[in-house]
Amino acid sequence: MIARALPYPRLSLLVAALWLLLNDSVEPAHLVLAAALGVALPWYARRILPSLPVVHRPLRAVGYVLFVLRDIVVANFQVARLVLSPLHRLHPRIVVVPLDVTEPLVASMLAMTVTLTPGTVSVELDLEHRRLTVHALSAADPATLIHDIKTRYEARLKEIFQC
Amino acid sequence: MTLVVEAVVALLILFGAAFALLGSIALTRFPDLLTRLHGPSKATTLGIGSVLVASIVYFSMRGSFSAHELLITIFLMITTPVSAQFIAKAHFASMARRQRDGADGAPKGTSAPR
Repeated sequence: MIARALPYPRLSLLVAALWLLLNDSVEPAHLVLAAALGVALPWYARRILPSLPVVHRPLRAVGYVLFVLRDIVVANFQVARLVLSPLHRLHPRIVVVPLDVTEPLVASMLAMTVTLTPGTVSVELDLEHRRLTVHALSAADPATLIHDIKTRYEARLKEIFQC
Repeated sequence: MTLVVEAVVALLILFGAAFALLGSIALTRFPDLLTRLHGPSKATTLGIGSVLVASIVYFSMRGSFSAHELLITIFLMITTPVSAQFIAKAHFASMARRQRDGADGAPKGTSAPR
């Protein structure tokens, strides 16, 4: 019964917590609404939600966020230079990265990381063929880019979620 | 509020505004849709990010800290890649349709000087 009503207990908790944070209060009315949303939203989305991966290494997950934040700042300066320099220095290119991760949510986290780090935007995630299509603003060497994405981000995500 | 904190907040806002501006410049300067996609998806990460950090510093110094800025950051980081991917998918789909229909050349504004 409880498993039917709450198919994703962790997600329900997250939704409820987000609602309380958004409203910045723990008044009874908001608590009731938070509980209602925590039950209703995951239940409503249950058909399209993939299996939720478990964070096996929480400390590494925090480290990963900091690592990506640092990469975002560093690489933003490189892209800033590209934006202001003559256009012929751009070498836009589409690169297909073969994936090792199989969990849909972990793969989309990788795709999100690629988009957020400047210089690359992930344009398609194909789980069936296990590949991520990436558009790079200036990639002289596609092999280096693929290697960077796999070692810098994918390997870390695989360790965090143990998949 | 001390002068140091005010200076830090001001610098963060200027820094964020500069990167948001760079994102917009990229949007107008870059030659085709896929390269233009890079501009705004970057402006949100660092540009909006540092404005939000400035906001956190400012309001926590005034003693009214709230988690809203962190939530905005999280929501932006979740939604930006999704919209970028959808725009790219729409681009590929319309390119495929154009090829199938055998239209001559790309429509106005999307042709890239190679």
